[in-house]
Amino acid sequence: MDSFSVYGEQFTSRLLIGSALYPSPSVMQDSIVASQAEIVTVSLRRQQSAVAGDDFWQLIKNTGLKVLPNTAGCHSVKEAVTLAQMCREVFATDWIKLELIGDEYNLQPDPIALLEATKILLADGFKVLPYCTDDLVLCQRLADLGCEVLMPWGAPIGTGKGLLNPYNLKMIRERLPNHTLIVDAGLGLPSHACQALELGYDAVLLNSAIAGAGCPVTMSKAFKSAVEAGRYSYVAKAMPEKDVASPSTPTLGMPFWHQE
Amino acid sequence: MNILINGQSVTVSENTSLTQALSQFGARPPFAVAVNGDFVPRSQCDAKTLNEGDSIELLSPIQGG
Repeated sequence: MDSFSVYGEQFTSRLLIGSALYPSPSVMQDSIVASQAEIVTVSLRRQQSAVAGDDFWQLIKNTGLKVLPNTAGCHSVKEAVTLAQMCREVFATDWIKLELIGDEYNLQPDPIALLEATKILLADGFKVLPYCTDDLVLCQRLADLGCEVLMPWGAPIGTGKGLLNPYNLKMIRERLPNHTLIVDAGLGLPSHACQALELGYDAVLLNSAIAGAGCPVTMSKAFKSAVEAGRYSYVAKAMPEKDVASPSTPTLGMPFWHQE
Repeated sequence: MNILINGQSVTVSENTSLTQALSQFGARPPFAVAVNGDFVPRSQCDAKTLNEGDSIELLSPIQGG
């Protein structure tokens, strides 16, 4: 499998995996291993005495994977910037998955606040991976600010609906051919991930589709295979679609040839 | 004086530093802190003196998507 770049670092696994919602820590660990992902998402929340946060962090560290902290749940530029700064100290990385929610109902990112926060964080030395909608102009503005990676949604977080607007995603790919594009959120099936890779996306980031499956470890393997299939398909370049059938078996020498 | 740590009211002495307040609260690393919405780097926690009503966020790693 060929590699793709995230701010200059090369990765071959085209599946970024989340660490939330698994039925148990051991299932989380096994699912992450089965995915063969190289990047795992994490977050920060209030420290609670009853929560075994240390154990979770130790499990993640044991995977040896690159961590991508997020600003999930933030609703303002100030909150997102502060949380990103806190993530940088705790996780010792300048990567941040910038999540800035604009609508509580469908968890749609706020494009205006996202641009503002991105500008502040890039100026502060962060490598910003913005979670955004599939709006071409928003993606272009984020790219203009200096984002090397863009993460448009496939569908709202946790819905499992797949790619709601393949045309928009395709257009973003065509207009930003040199940026790393990752479909983030909304996937439910491995075929959704395959479709994203077939569109030329460099990778997918997902969590619920694996963690919420009946057997997360098996689903993790399915997604691993799906992104590989999608990438190979994109590299191989699909045949042109046609409206009229054409036989694949040679007609020359056909017995019982229709004479009329 | 009273301050808030993760939304809980905590009574500390006047001129308590952020480091002292976190220790009194029983904060366990790894964590990062913010006071009144502003991040305070670990290196500045000793020098950061708290005031009545300050609100501290004490955050630690957790699962994320």
